[in-house]
Amino acid sequence: MSLEQELLVRPLTARVNLEAPMDIAAYEASGGYLAVRNAIRDLQPADVQAKVKDSNLRGRGGAGFPTGIKWGLVPMGPDAGTKYLVCNADEMEPNTFKDRLLMEGVPHQLIEGMLVAGYAIQATTGYIFLRGEYVKSAERLNAALAEARAAGLLGKNILGSGWSFELSVHTGAGRYICGEETALINSLEGRRANPRAKPPFPQIAGAWGRPTVVNNVESLSNLPHIINNGAEWFKGLSQGKSKDGGTKLYGCSGRVKRGGIYELPIGTSAREIIEEHAGGMRDGYTLKCWLPGGASTDFLMPEHLDLPMDFDSISKAGSRMGTGLIMAVDQTANMVSLVRNLEEFFARESCGWCTPCRDGLPWSVKMLIALEEGRGRMEDIEQLTKLTKALGPGRTFCAHAPGAMEPLQSALKFFRAEFEAGVAPAGTADADANIGLTGVVVNAKVA
Amino acid sequence: MSTPETVVKLAELTGKTQEAPFVLTDDERHEIEHEIAHYPDARAASIGALKIIQARRGWVPDGALEPVAKMLGIGAAELEGVATFYSLIYRKPVGRHVVKVCDSITCFMVGYEDIKKTLEQHLGITHGQTTADGRFTMLPICCIGACDKGPALMVDDDLHHDLTPDNVVGIVEAYK
Amino acid sequence: MATIHVDGKQYDVDGADNLLQACLNLGLDIPYFCWHPALGSVGACRQCAVKSFRDENDKMGRIVMSCMTPASNGTYISIDDEEAKAFRATIVEFLMTNHPHDCPVCEEGGHCHLQDMTVMTQHHSRSYRFTKRTHLNQDLGPFIGHEMNRCISCYRCVRYYKDYAGGTDLGVYGSAANVYFGRAEEGTLESEFSGNLTEVCPTGVFTDKTHSERYTRKWDMQYAPSICASCSVGCNVSPGERYGEIRRVENRYHGELNGYFLCDRGRFGYGYTNLKDRPRHPLIDGATVTSDVALGAARGMINGASKVIAIGSPRASVEANYALRTMVGAASFYDGHATQEGELVKLALQIVRDGPVPATTITAMEDADAVLVLGEDITATAPRMALAVRQAARGKGRALADEKKVSDWQAISLADLLQRDSYPVFVASVDSTRLDDIAHATVRAAPEDLARLGFAVANLLDASSPAVAGLDEATAAQAKAIADALAAAKKPLIISGTGAGSTAVMQAAANIAWALKAKNDATGLALTLPEANSYGLAMLEPQPLADALEALASGAADTLVVLENDLYRRAPKAVVDAALAKVKSLIVIDHTATDATARAQVVLPAATVFEGDGTVVNYEGRAQRHFQVYDPKYYDASLAQVESWRWLAVLEAASGWKILDDITGACATAVSGLAGIVDAAPGAAFRIDGLKIAREPHRYSGRTAMRANQAVSEIRQPVDPDTPLSFSMEGYNGVGGLDRPAALMPYAWAPGWNSPQSWNKFQQEIGGHLRGGDPGKLLFAGGATQAYFTDVPAAFTPSGSGSGFRVLPLHLHFGGDELSSRAEPIRERASTAFVAIARADVARAGVNGHATVSVDGELVQLPTFISDTLPAGTVGLPAGFAGVPFVAYGVDATVSGG
Ligand SMILES: Cc1cc2nc3c(=O)[nH]c(=O)nc-3n(C[C@H](O)[C@H](O)[C@H](O)COP(=O)(O)O)c2cc1C
Ligand code: SF4
Ligand code: FES
Repeated sequence: MSLEQELLVRPLTARVNLEAPMDIAAYEASGGYLAVRNAIRDLQPADVQAKVKDSNLRGRGGAGFPTGIKWGLVPMGPDAGTKYLVCNADEMEPNTFKDRLLMEGVPHQLIEGMLVAGYAIQATTGYIFLRGEYVKSAERLNAALAEARAAGLLGKNILGSGWSFELSVHTGAGRYICGEETALINSLEGRRANPRAKPPFPQIAGAWGRPTVVNNVESLSNLPHIINNGAEWFKGLSQGKSKDGGTKLYGCSGRVKRGGIYELPIGTSAREIIEEHAGGMRDGYTLKCWLPGGASTDFLMPEHLDLPMDFDSISKAGSRMGTGLIMAVDQTANMVSLVRNLEEFFARESCGWCTPCRDGLPWSVKMLIALEEGRGRMEDIEQLTKLTKALGPGRTFCAHAPGAMEPLQSALKFFRAEFEAGVAPAGTADADANIGLTGVVVNAKVA
Repeated sequence: MSTPETVVKLAELTGKTQEAPFVLTDDERHEIEHEIAHYPDARAASIGALKIIQARRGWVPDGALEPVAKMLGIGAAELEGVATFYSLIYRKPVGRHVVKVCDSITCFMVGYEDIKKTLEQHLGITHGQTTADGRFTMLPICCIGACDKGPALMVDDDLHHDLTPDNVVGIVEAYK
Repeated sequence: MATIHVDGKQYDVDGADNLLQACLNLGLDIPYFCWHPALGSVGACRQCAVKSFRDENDKMGRIVMSCMTPASNGTYISIDDEEAKAFRATIVEFLMTNHPHDCPVCEEGGHCHLQDMTVMTQHHSRSYRFTKRTHLNQDLGPFIGHEMNRCISCYRCVRYYKDYAGGTDLGVYGSAANVYFGRAEEGTLESEFSGNLTEVCPTGVFTDKTHSERYTRKWDMQYAPSICASCSVGCNVSPGERYGEIRRVENRYHGELNGYFLCDRGRFGYGYTNLKDRPRHPLIDGATVTSDVALGAARGMINGASKVIAIGSPRASVEANYALRTMVGAASFYDGHATQEGELVKLALQIVRDGPVPATTITAMEDADAVLVLGEDITATAPRMALAVRQAARGKGRALADEKKVSDWQAISLADLLQRDSYPVFVASVDSTRLDDIAHATVRAAPEDLARLGFAVANLLDASSPAVAGLDEATAAQAKAIADALAAAKKPLIISGTGAGSTAVMQAAANIAWALKAKNDATGLALTLPEANSYGLAMLEPQPLADALEALASGAADTLVVLENDLYRRAPKAVVDAALAKVKSLIVIDHTATDATARAQVVLPAATVFEGDGTVVNYEGRAQRHFQVYDPKYYDASLAQVESWRWLAVLEAASGWKILDDITGACATAVSGLAGIVDAAPGAAFRIDGLKIAREPHRYSGRTAMRANQAVSEIRQPVDPDTPLSFSMEGYNGVGGLDRPAALMPYAWAPGWNSPQSWNKFQQEIGGHLRGGDPGKLLFAGGATQAYFTDVPAAFTPSGSGSGFRVLPLHLHFGGDELSSRAEPIRERASTAFVAIARADVARAGVNGHATVSVDGELVQLPTFISDTLPAGTVGLPAGFAGVPFVAYGVDATVSGG
């Protein structure tokens, strides 16, 4: 297939080159920045918004919220003033490594996507909120930004359109919660990354009190292709596997033969992803269960493998597609240990703002350790079950803790016996022991 | 009035030897100013500024808070709130190299604990500690996006993946 | 208005409120932590969960946080819902996983919001069986104790300290379950409003350190409604006593004045009343005598005098001053203010009482959208106003929120929208102030120049007010900026006062307010005064103090009665010395040992504000009653301190004053402007359900054993003939009927609400006026339009050479106030005395570390503070500081090195 043809089937990754990503000349030679040039020349911002809305692109950050509808809340018009576009490149969801591929492999595509989005909402400034650990991504994005700026694609009066747009990379310093879009805005402002209350939605009052759109790297990277090829083409990319349109960066990790990222029609089944693209389980390993899209999704079982991997189907099965990167759990894994690891992650990454998350998660970890060590009690299992409610949606300030409860509640549902196996026999010392798990925290100045 | 309440008390204390005050280098100052220019409000550069200090000094010394906060137009307590929130800002001295071992779910499932144990035995430290020779500090880190190639870790800014108990020692030993 | 349905009942509420506030308004209990009526909603603690239903047919419902949900029309919620109840109990259980359960040794115990909420949610048995995280605590200075292990991370402390009070040295550190609230480094909290942390914190993290050493549970203290004596704002306080000592001062909610907050001077400055060496027994020539002997001696002196004159006191009650005036006659009754200060107070009366713009309440100040502070450092001279002005500045967040259709209780959203923006505040003063951090512009100048700036602003607002000749360009531009901002404002506010010592400054402020008022009826004005009862004294129309000192020095009078006053704070030492040297008989009635009591032949021990009843008039002209907290004689029958007016009532036997109502009534009848003082609070005959009001909580314990060291038998509780309050837990204590007059609330308590949050139970609406009306009676009804003041002063010209400098008073929050500065914790917090000198003048004065300052012949050596803000040609002396000479306005000093 020629690159041109490939771009029509695997638009996001056709140009990915991890060794030496395309410079601006090569990128433009392959049709890059045409979408921006054309949009700026031929389309009004409202037209761009309409195209994206028509394409029914659903946000690839995990929640699947339609991008066009999100933009629709942004105040438009000549008096709208300063507006921000922020790319969520915080990618810290465990088992997620897709945005990194796009930023390291084809940075200009993201920049072009941001130009399209920025033009559509008439943003004045853009930031790529990049997690601090993605050092190579930062280097490549900054190099690409410099090229784009030199080419007159960034800055004042872009391509003579009268529209000005500054774009820069903002790197973070850790903390998963920064990926939550309102926490991200606080972090961008240089504050502690506590989420903000909604309403007001960021599109109305976000960064520095101004209208702000936060979109994921993958979502944004789709935009040039939607402009180039149209909404109908985009919808067709799913090849009828889903009512959603586009391709999706799926991935697979765990004890599979060929872990990695695969750009496939959205709605491709988990079975196809694991068995064909990832080559199936390694020899000697069988699939016990799987996480469809990151740490904050519910475990699914082998019987769910034939579901199309799209937001609605996975949601109907009681989980979430999330980021769409599958973690295949093999039969050797102890579910209590896995969940303990997950909850440790969520407890550590809680922002500390709301009570259930801040104080409930560490408690869950302690009970899970007790069960893992065979020192648990039946009440621990009841208490864990209670926590899945108390830290559920609506109970906490943001979606972090409810996310944390997804793997826990599904593990309790599917693998209760493994939890019960950790209950110490009644009357033994272990069952009565107060288990000490936290040391003395000498104020908060920890490295 | 504002100043004498504190200043006069300081005057009373003259004679008491004081630690040499922390001074920002011109270099640091310029780089922080450059960072500030990216944003509509200087405070947005707070994380960037702390990272600038850390890049040169390995960590963020207590004395840095006041002058940096001043550049950002916020209080030192506010900046400390930011500094202590983020896991990659070090408010205690660290070793010359920071080994950040991914302990998130996928790496955990495919062998994180063996890697950690190997490192602990080899370096004689565990998470949060620094080797006596000041060479390494070990910290856990959340998913660094190398799940398909786990277990993974970072030494400083370098990513290493497909770790085994056999290869991990050689990897860190390359850092002097 | 909105109709909401709560557990099947229909209610009308204010639809602009959130559901939590709306329900609390209705008297329904929903537990909460992070919400605070003055701080708004942030949705952090998740304690206030209720079940919300789409409509009456929705049986499923969903959990929502009532504090984050608008009380919009047609809302259906359930507080009683089992799932909501269980969730609320779970939240407390979460909070307690790290809490040390140390109530028995915790100073918050008994007035702890966490305890109250734990009981309310009925969480009682713990299933958490693991270790707790522990923190190190910090030494935060003399006022505030710190015990971080009790923290429930509601974030109220930082939200109050940083966002509300503008403090910069308290923060939140760390993340996840390891969040820490404190200073970046151990050390004294810098804000003058730090004490409110003790009430804002819902548990025992921040407690009152001054109370620690003599700790008593809330229910074991005796209280009375009282008024802070530390400045002219007249914040309402609730002092608590045990064993004859004041042990803590807490805020007493007032819907128009202090609201929920006090300043640190007012809260922690009570220690002067507990000093062992203050006059508690009558003295003749320094020797203790009985009351009868002392009174006999005093009577003899008065009868044998050629002429008796008396000097009143701005820190004594109206009643005390009136009694004194009655005894000596109006012509012989002299002002207790310094002479010029007395003139300033009279001028303030003329402006605020007789002028067209009455004084703005503290709560109304919070609504101002442009503020000019002219000549004052209000953080020092009227601190609670400064806190209000901070809210005014932040008020722009509400306006921005309104534009975006965000409710004004959405505290975080408001702050996010506001960012660093604020409504304009201008601070024009002689030196830097503690409000400069929120000022859009500051002006530093000598009082004449501040006045000129003010006159220029007024002239820009109304050309018929006098113009300022020869104004320099910079000042003209400043005046223009200020005038524009004030003219553009919906609710402009001018604050000035006696602090700069200048009539011209106050006149200029009046002109501005009056010029604005002609265009904008919502114009606000406030003038700060030297002391708590400056107006009360001024309204008795005393003669100028200088005349008294002159009469004494010249021998025209030979006998002097001084009421609660240290004359050395009111006039140059040489002048007071000269006057007292001639006095044949000096009688001083005071509760505090001063240079005046030291020179008196007869000292009659007076009651402090905590030990007596009386009326004081604040900056608004609000007469407020303070009540005796306890009777010292109950513990020691020999103690003789009583209200000054009682001594005078005996000396003036013909008066017939037996109880407070007698003298208050007599004063109200005799002095027309003071007719309203009888309405400051209900009189002695007032009863609720036939009962007096109990000063002691109903759980007060140990009373029978209290005096067991003296006698085994329990003596009768003291009887209080003066007021409707009883020295007992017997009596009305608020259970059942909440509409009692707010002026008679000794402390806040309601069933299930032991913490200061119980004030919510006594308000007409949360954060609004108290039921039964906010305490006090406004004596000023609003005056008529006045002609503009026309005396524009000439610009200040520094002498420029030699050692002469104009002395300017510098006001500091701690250390300048006569009474509070005797309290140990305040002394610890105050700076040493100093002389401030402009950097430009250092060479001219030749000072170097220390300076010798000579004022009116008094010579002192002081450490120098080099100021970058003080106008050249001036030096600043901290007003009222021990070791600093009295300075009259406009006086020059010589300053030299050494
Ligand atoms: C705890 C938490 C972490 C998140 N982390 C990320 C992230 O790392 N990257 C991301 O794109 N979205 C993340 N999200 C989702 C964002 O809040 C937001 O929905 C997304 O960036 C929107 O982009 P989209 O509309 O393009 O999907 C996170 C959400 C939560 C609650
Ligand atoms: S659920 Fe609460 S504590 Fe957890 S991250 Fe969100 S806001 Fe912070
Ligand atoms: S009071 Fe509503 S969440 Fe705290």
